Amino acid sequence: MLQLNSVRKTFNPGTANEVRALAGVTLALAPGSFTVVIGTNGSGKSTLQAAISGAFELDAGSISVDNTDITRWPEHRRAHLIGRVFQDPFAGTAPSLTVAENLALASKRGKWRTLAPLLRGARRGEWKNLLAQIGLGLEDRLDDPIGLLSGGQRQSITLLMATLTGPKVLLLDEHTAALDPRSAELVISLTTRLVASSSATTVMVTHSMQQAATLGDRLIAMHRGQVYLDVSGAEKQRLTETELLALFSQMRRDDRFDDDACRLVSAQYR
Amino acid sequence: MSLLIATLAIGLVFAVLALGIYMSFRVYQMPDITADGSFPLGAAITARLLRDGADPVTATLAGMAGGALAGAITGTIHVRFKVNALLSGILVMTALYSVNLRIMGASNVPINARTLFTPFEEAARASFGPETSILGRSVPSGDLGLLAASALIAGIATILMVLFLKTELGAAMRATGDNARMLRALGTSTDRMTVLGLAVSNALVALSGSLFAQMQAFADAQMGIGVIVLGLASVILGQSLIGPVRSIALAVIGAVMGAILFRLLVAIAIRLGLDANDLKLVTALVVLAAIVGPGLIKEMGRKRGTHAST
Repeated sequence: MLQLNSVRKTFNPGTANEVRALAGVTLALAPGSFTVVIGTNGSGKSTLQAAISGAFELDAGSISVDNTDITRWPEHRRAHLIGRVFQDPFAGTAPSLTVAENLALASKRGKWRTLAPLLRGARRGEWKNLLAQIGLGLEDRLDDPIGLLSGGQRQSITLLMATLTGPKVLLLDEHTAALDPRSAELVISLTTRLVASSSATTVMVTHSMQQAATLGDRLIAMHRGQVYLDVSGAEKQRLTETELLALFSQMRRDDRFDDDACRLVSAQYR
Repeated sequence: MSLLIATLAIGLVFAVLALGIYMSFRVYQMPDITADGSFPLGAAITARLLRDGADPVTATLAGMAGGALAGAITGTIHVRFKVNALLSGILVMTALYSVNLRIMGASNVPINARTLFTPFEEAARASFGPETSILGRSVPSGDLGLLAASALIAGIATILMVLFLKTELGAAMRATGDNARMLRALGTSTDRMTVLGLAVSNALVALSGSLFAQMQAFADAQMGIGVIVLGLASVILGQSLIGPVRSIALAVIGAVMGAILFRLLVAIAIRLGLDANDLKLVTALVVLAAIVGPGLIKEMGRKRGTHAST
């Protein structure tokens, strides 16, 4: 269970660049659920993930995982609970380390780094099977520096690394946005498989309305740092790409007004 | 012949320095100028302890420990107080100048006691007599002992370095320099890794300083000037010797070979009439050329390419 209580965050408060990124977000995400988050630029959807992962301190509110309050935990301490895949396909792996070394670092997620040889007792057989599942012939490249692989290949491996130790929470931050369509498709099908087989509470931010309509069991639309729409169950399954696009243009229209004007007129538009 | 042996021995001592600089410059991509202070720090601690009657192993290890502490301080200033990495190094290097003078009590301390090298020199003299001949030339046997000792120490340091970089901790350090965000996402404090990595780097630099002082039989407050550039020259030269490599072992060995080769080149240049006073100028120019050169050549190639196409 991932719980957020009235989470607030304002960047650069009191300056011309002030951004109210999260304006009181409360969410309870069931264990093993798969939530898709959409929203316009600056809506707070990526900030939401950053808040969960601990990239910054909250102004107010709290976050807990399985009833453990992690609000004050630094990023690296939360990591044994949280697997992450970033938008930048090169951000999740260390290029000069080999594929096996990257996987080995991920398999010791959240543990102390000791003086034991990194690859001693490496579960190479298991890793080869996992890599073979991706279907890009990566099973024969365990000892190549990962920097030699393509973005799609590296993002697939990042996804494996994020789920390798069975984290409680899996955060996917537009993880296919920077990939070519074919790689994106491969990574999405791998995502579906890994999320189904893992018990992690998954939160996936996406720009793709097609992904938002077809993936996940709950959909949240963020707008101006708040939850604008929250649908799950049968209602979520019924949602179509067209309806989501309509919702999106509605949110974009709202963006053109300031907060108060928006509240005044939005009732008449609906 | 004797000159060649002495050059190789010093080259091997600077190979240990290159290992330290490899750690900061290649693993962390951070030219750590603390080296200019931790090199004489290792020498100062060792010289002082030897004068006070400590045994050479203790005196050398204490020098290394001093270097590790200096590196940890630079790392802490950098990650804890978010001071620019270069400035952190400059601050510690400058502070160390006074610390080194305090430790030595003078700007120059001779070493008259037995050193790490003494047993090796004695063993060589005992088995070959005072002089021995190699390829028909006469060589003091003691120099051979010196060479064997420095080869042994540099060899052990290189092997330990390669093994270390393949441990969980060493790999985490490599990942910190490579992609810090990834390592944080995997639950490791990159701050801690940076502090530890700079400690390891400067421990090696201080070891090199300690060995250099024992070999030259003195420690000097000025002996650290330009050490970082010397180390960089070795690492860069080594990299160009080895080329782009996939194995971490080869990369480390490249740095070691670079240090030895650089020392040989310096000896040859001085033999051919280079004024020793110009050495640091030439070293800096070599490093500058090695860093800027490849990009400049590519740029010129591109310009020529566009001219040709227009």
